Amino acid sequence: MSLFSNTAILLGKELRTEFRSRELLTTTAVFILIVLVLFSFAINPGTEEARQFAPGLLWLAILFASSLMFQSCFLREQTNDTLSSLRLAVSDPFAIFLAKLIANTLFLLMTELLMLPFFAIFYNIPLWSKLPVLILVLFVGSLGISIAGTAISAISAQARMRELLLPLLLLPLLTPVLVVSSLVTGSLLDRDPIVQWKGIGFLAVFDLIFLTALWLFGEYLLEE
Amino acid sequence: MGKRVILGAVAILLVIAAAYASFYVAPEERTMGVLQRIFYFHVASAWAGMDAFLLCFIANLLYVWKRGQKYDWLGVSSAEVGLVLTTVVLITGPIWAKPAWGIYWTWDARLTSTFVLWLLYVSYLLLRTLIEEPERRALLSALFGIFAFIDVPLVFFSIRWWRTQHPAPVIMGGPGSGLDPTMNKVFLFSVLAMHVLAAFLIVERYMLEKMRSEVDILRREAEAQ
Repeated sequence: MSLFSNTAILLGKELRTEFRSRELLTTTAVFILIVLVLFSFAINPGTEEARQFAPGLLWLAILFASSLMFQSCFLREQTNDTLSSLRLAVSDPFAIFLAKLIANTLFLLMTELLMLPFFAIFYNIPLWSKLPVLILVLFVGSLGISIAGTAISAISAQARMRELLLPLLLLPLLTPVLVVSSLVTGSLLDRDPIVQWKGIGFLAVFDLIFLTALWLFGEYLLEE
Repeated sequence: MGKRVILGAVAILLVIAAAYASFYVAPEERTMGVLQRIFYFHVASAWAGMDAFLLCFIANLLYVWKRGQKYDWLGVSSAEVGLVLTTVVLITGPIWAKPAWGIYWTWDARLTSTFVLWLLYVSYLLLRTLIEEPERRALLSALFGIFAFIDVPLVFFSIRWWRTQHPAPVIMGGPGSGLDPTMNKVFLFSVLAMHVLAAFLIVERYMLEKMRSEVDILRREAEAQ
């Protein structure tokens, strides 16, 4: 039970730290916006091409944005030297990861929701009727990105060249999420939309597998 | 020392024998002719490479569990050898594909997941170069190695189920797809040869890593004095 109460307290801390400055949210949202605009310059999409490419571009932008966003996740603790006190404060170090990954998922989802209207306008894709399922896809995809990203950012924070290392370690690991979520989003935004439940299920399985791995091996990631 | 030399000699002889067998013993394939003979090396390297990564994964788990330096040495050695063998796969594949399919590369499930696998282990080795402290390097790279290996089946199935437009290329598949008996023997022999070669390289790389860490300890002692 203490795992949940610890997680809740730590999550509160994460959210408070972020909402004091809103640095992460604003920079990430602007970053996604820039990527979406630059993509449209790079491929100059007509309506049909846009339908074909846009979901993949959206997820690629989310993936790149996440690898920027997660940089500060453990780095912040390191620069302020608060990680050891955090570890002493909780009985199960998994609570630290759980809080951070929930916070990361929330931040990622918030920026995504903020960017969706721009995405719909730029690429001329009507989203409104598919919004509930789309949010579900965004949620399971972002959760997977956050779980793997939180684990990897704990690794990269302890290495040299950490800013470069995080995307390098994280992006290949997230290949399955990119493949499946852009396909599911694609068929959802198609002219004849289909909800690919199998794909959503796969993303949930990805989340579950990496969550279990983090639960099993998380404490070693934080060893002094 | 003696044992390692013998192992090396056996590995080299086996690889030469496998090369000979794949050119002169195995019968000519009906449709692809001489081109098909690259298969003996291509698939044998792929299997040996996969087994090297499996060994790396086991070594990573053992390191996290038992914290012996030797597991770290084994992990890095098998990852490097696996990477070399996977590189062989990624080079021999397009050599075969260009005349057979007319293109060097296609984003098919097997090709793509092999490539992602290759990228993951490049990242693994890169991570190791960016952490100075030996124990931290061993632990963190072992953990990343575990995550990477868990990811491999997910990569494979995600691409297989959602990305492959056409059925997986039948590169005369595994033994189940009706290989000619002589071909099958030559193929299994090549697999054996590549595994012995991989074992030899892993042992050598392991001894090198061991020496490196001994030198490192000596250097630290000298600096401390």
